[in-house]
Amino acid sequence: MDQQQRSSSGYSHSPRSPSSQPYLSVSVTDPVKLGNGVQSYISYRVITKTNLPDYQGPEKIVIRRYSDFVWLHDRLFEKYKGVFIPPLPEKSAVEKFRFSAEFIEMRRQALDVFVNRIASHQELQQSEDLKTFLQAEEETMERLRSHESSYFKKKPADLLQIFKDVQSRVSDVVLGKEKPVEESNPDYEKLKHYIFELENHLAEAQKHAYRLVKRHRELGQSLSDFGKAAKLLGACESNGLGKALTELGAKSEALSIRLQKEAHQLLMNFEEPLKDYVRAVQSIKETIAERANAFRQQCELAETMKLKEINLDKLMLTRSDRVGEAEIEYRELKADSEEAARRFESIVRLMSEEIVRFQDQKTIDMGRAFHEFAKGQARLANSIADAWRSLLPKLEACSV
Amino acid sequence: MMGSENEAESQLFASREEMENLVLDEPSDNPNGNGGSKSFSDYRSVMSSLADTHHPLSPLLTPADSDPLLAPQPYRDLRNPSLSHDNNSYIEPPAYADVIFSPFDENTGSEINGIDSPGRSSDSSLSLSRSPSSSSDYIKITVSNPQKEQETSNSLVPGASTYVTYLITTRTNIPEFNGSEFGVRRRFKDVVTLSDRLAEAYRGFFIPPRPDKSVVESQVMQKQEFVEQRRVALEKYLRRLAAHPILWNSDELKVFLQVQGKLPLATSTDVASRMLDGAVNLPKQLFGEGSTVAPQDVVQPAKGGRDLLRLFKELKQSVSNDWGGSRPPVVEEDKEFLEKKEKMNEFELQLSNASQQAESLVKAQQDMGETMGELGLAFIKLTKFETEEAMFESQRVRAGDMKNVATAAVKASRFYRELNAQTVKHLDTLHEYLGLMLSVHGAFADRSSALLTVQTLLSELSSLHTRAEKLEAASSKIFGGDKSRIRRIEELKETIRATEDAKSVAVREYERIKENNRTELERMEAEKHADFSNMLKGFVLNQVGYAEKIANVWAKVAEETSGYATDSA
Repeated sequence: MDQQQRSSSGYSHSPRSPSSQPYLSVSVTDPVKLGNGVQSYISYRVITKTNLPDYQGPEKIVIRRYSDFVWLHDRLFEKYKGVFIPPLPEKSAVEKFRFSAEFIEMRRQALDVFVNRIASHQELQQSEDLKTFLQAEEETMERLRSHESSYFKKKPADLLQIFKDVQSRVSDVVLGKEKPVEESNPDYEKLKHYIFELENHLAEAQKHAYRLVKRHRELGQSLSDFGKAAKLLGACESNGLGKALTELGAKSEALSIRLQKEAHQLLMNFEEPLKDYVRAVQSIKETIAERANAFRQQCELAETMKLKEINLDKLMLTRSDRVGEAEIEYRELKADSEEAARRFESIVRLMSEEIVRFQDQKTIDMGRAFHEFAKGQARLANSIADAWRSLLPKLEACSV
Repeated sequence: MMGSENEAESQLFASREEMENLVLDEPSDNPNGNGGSKSFSDYRSVMSSLADTHHPLSPLLTPADSDPLLAPQPYRDLRNPSLSHDNNSYIEPPAYADVIFSPFDENTGSEINGIDSPGRSSDSSLSLSRSPSSSSDYIKITVSNPQKEQETSNSLVPGASTYVTYLITTRTNIPEFNGSEFGVRRRFKDVVTLSDRLAEAYRGFFIPPRPDKSVVESQVMQKQEFVEQRRVALEKYLRRLAAHPILWNSDELKVFLQVQGKLPLATSTDVASRMLDGAVNLPKQLFGEGSTVAPQDVVQPAKGGRDLLRLFKELKQSVSNDWGGSRPPVVEEDKEFLEKKEKMNEFELQLSNASQQAESLVKAQQDMGETMGELGLAFIKLTKFETEEAMFESQRVRAGDMKNVATAAVKASRFYRELNAQTVKHLDTLHEYLGLMLSVHGAFADRSSALLTVQTLLSELSSLHTRAEKLEAASSKIFGGDKSRIRRIEELKETIRATEDAKSVAVREYERIKENNRTELERMEAEKHADFSNMLKGFVLNQVGYAEKIANVWAKVAEETSGYATDSA
């Protein structure tokens, strides 16, 4: 898998390394379809090999389903603001029913990549939730999973904050402050613009990559049909011509199979990495939104604190008996404000590290995808050339 | 479906512009130098001609052929030693990519040596082999310059109607024609006349079918497009006629090609007057006068109008053939012919299927090329974007990798489209032969109707004989009626004699047609073998050549990105 990723993390991933070296290796395997009809789902075996003290080593196997991965993703997103959480494969309500072998394999691969990226990320690998995910019994997971549906994910404090957010946004609009408070950081602006543009470009490239897969399949199908027709035509003819047509037909059918194979390779090794890239960019957008939230919170709290300070001074001047109360409030608010500022700064710091890591990683990922793509196309073209070339002496033999 | 194709077309044209403006900094291995703009403009013309017609296999118009890369028929040159480059090229492995696709003066070469045998010219997609009597004879027919002309007032309705005439130019060195280059103006009606006269005169031959009248299309299509479509069809038709080893020498064709002014071939009389004639003749025929078929009429199938009675008789005969208990007097007994006919039907069926699948294959190759091109474009845009907005070195590296892939994809896309243009030409043979099947059916129909005429006459003879016998036998019974009876016997004997004559003519005609069928079948077998072999060879060579080119392009990129390879690969 991602050798580079592994060496950059704290852990090595080879179980063969000396036992003193800490390692954590995860794989997602063996998809099995369970349940009936509408309620059917796929379960995966998640195998963890590790020598870390916190884990039940050296090997632990658990059964997980897609929504468990979603749980993990959401928990990490909550906790590690500023980090680009590895993206999950799409939910896909429709394909779920069909569950083609290809879909299952693609999802399994994507989930494997997902968990491994978490396990090799410096910050994320420390997560308690990761440990839970990799080790907890199925019943525990089920309990946790059902508690965390989207609406009730937020704790009461968060709910209040949402309410406040809405309130302040409304008052902003009412007071004429249409624009929400935003950072005025030119580099960051550039980054945001870059990310949004990038998503568009990538989506288009991915769309064409997907179409290219389809074209391979279509060409394969038409070669198969053409081959059959040529064989039938060859059966009408006598002597050399008939044989030539039959041979041509057979070759055509053989190439059809080759094309279908290549279409599959193209899907797994080129189109999927592109799609993954798109997802990663979308994940970054979510982090950008989080940063904006944190910034706004920081600003609002700072403003509220200032107001409170002014009020406190006023009260102190008038020697009001509410000074004590106000002082306490003020101190609480100051703490909150400082906390918000810290949170925001942490996000900023993490993001700048993450963006470097992201760019490096993507260059490697895409480099690999390009290599596989080019290799596959060259391989395919060579098979085609070889197959047709082998026919030439036979055609010579039967010509006038 | 057409609509969406056109939409995709216009989008594609926009991106073609973009593609042409991009600088592909690698030296192109395309011998055309800057493979960029030239091939794209050719692509555009190929695409537009492919998009305009609903049949992907219909002939490509000339703009595409002017590019040497699109025109070559390598197999053709290999058959002519004086023009071939490397006779052994298709035996040595990687050579095709370079050899076959280097430009050579396709058009001039074939004309200079006069090896352009009748009907085979570089401008048409007609790739069938035809061998004239002597290999240095040629007839080259061109149809051009459509012009609107006014109908001189023959019509009862005021307001002249217009029609289109085409300039038919012939270049030839065959002595049977007067002169080496000449032209006439003809309208479509003249072509119909030519075709009808040929059908009458050359029964049993595989006569190329003439272009359709396309009444609906002439109303629905744009005038200019329709006229152009018709011009192309006419040219193809006339060239086919000139390529036929018997028909090229026909008086009908010679007159058509050479005589200035009004076409001096008898037009088929209009239906109304024929019906009138028929209405006049019928009572005569029914009441005994001229109830026989005149021998000279026997050589043609019964037509409506004039030959009503004959039609009835032959119809009656064919019904009794099919449903009657007794065997008709003469049947198609040539077993070999029946077998061949059966085989022909089977061949036609499979040919039709193969032609359809060939269409699908062409479409799939086309789509592949298109999508590959679009992918390349998308990556080029991405590359530009990453390069402009790069904040990290890793982005620049990625942009570089992406550019290599994009360039390769664009190149591969171009190759796919070139491959396809060639494939269309090669597989067109299938379509051509389907058209030929019509001629075959026509020739077989001539045979059947001639046989039917013979059978009818034989039946008639037999019933006439029976009547005569009855009359003879009745002689001794009636007193005083002898004179009229003897007269009637005499008349009957007259009729029998005339019918015998007609029968002999009919039999001769039938035999003649049978012989024509036979020779034509032989000719077709030989030509089919040659044409199909060429088609297969051309198709396969083409596939090999372009697959090699495409492989090279991608191998380079795989090499350039080999640093990213994983161990597991």
